[in-house]
Amino acid sequence: MEPRTPIVARGDNLFAIDLLDAERALIAKLMKELAELIEDDPETEMLARLFPTALPDDPTAEAEFQEMVRSELITTRIKRFESVADSVEGSLIDADQLQAWMCAINDARLVLSTRLNISEDDNVEELNEHDPNAMAKSTYWFLGWLLEHIVAATAEEPSE
Amino acid sequence: MSPIAPAEVAPAKIKEPEDDTHPHHDRPWKVIVWNDPINLMSYVTFVFQKLFGYSKDQATQLMLDVHHKGRAVVSDGPREKAEMDVFRLHEHGLWATMEHDD
Repeated sequence: MEPRTPIVARGDNLFAIDLLDAERALIAKLMKELAELIEDDPETEMLARLFPTALPDDPTAEAEFQEMVRSELITTRIKRFESVADSVEGSLIDADQLQAWMCAINDARLVLSTRLNISEDDNVEELNEHDPNAMAKSTYWFLGWLLEHIVAATAEEPSE
Repeated sequence: MSPIAPAEVAPAKIKEPEDDTHPHHDRPWKVIVWNDPINLMSYVTFVFQKLFGYSKDQATQLMLDVHHKGRAVVSDGPREKAEMDVFRLHEHGLWATMEHDD
């Protein structure tokens, strides 16, 4: 992959986006699909990683916890996916949008990893074109690359 | 490991003192983050800093504990605080649970 920095902190609370058109289109499509999926079918196994168990040893307390948090976890995620879809075509985003990007891209990786059954040992070098999941896997690694840069750009931004 | 099963009786109507001198009634909870193969180390470190105000070094150490030991305690406190912390970690896609601090 060419050495490119997709997200650059400008130091004025704004971040420049340097993505290819195909990458922007891919992200927009993924975000819209995820927003629809979580709205239509939040209980699907595909999204299980987004709603971890909090109290594995106490089913009653766990049910109460999920009752308390589930709808907010869904609403927050839909907002974040939509925020990314709405801003991905532009050239600048602000710090709040960047936070939405960070979490939404991470969520997308979690969902893709479930589909691909990704384990600790998987790595990008093993990609090959004959793999039926090659497209999804390359998307997964692309999102990882983007997320690394988002976290780095966030850390770069002076806090004062 | 299961917490002690609650007794199947109605709680006695005893007015508890307002202070925290009865640890058995409000034992602190701890919030645990578990290792997973997906979340990036840099992302996990950043989330610990953002949610709990840890320094970069502290957050990195906790992240490394999660990575190498499989889990780390990232916060503790009364039940409501633990629930809020777990909720915020789940909001950020991290695998967090809470349990009684024995």
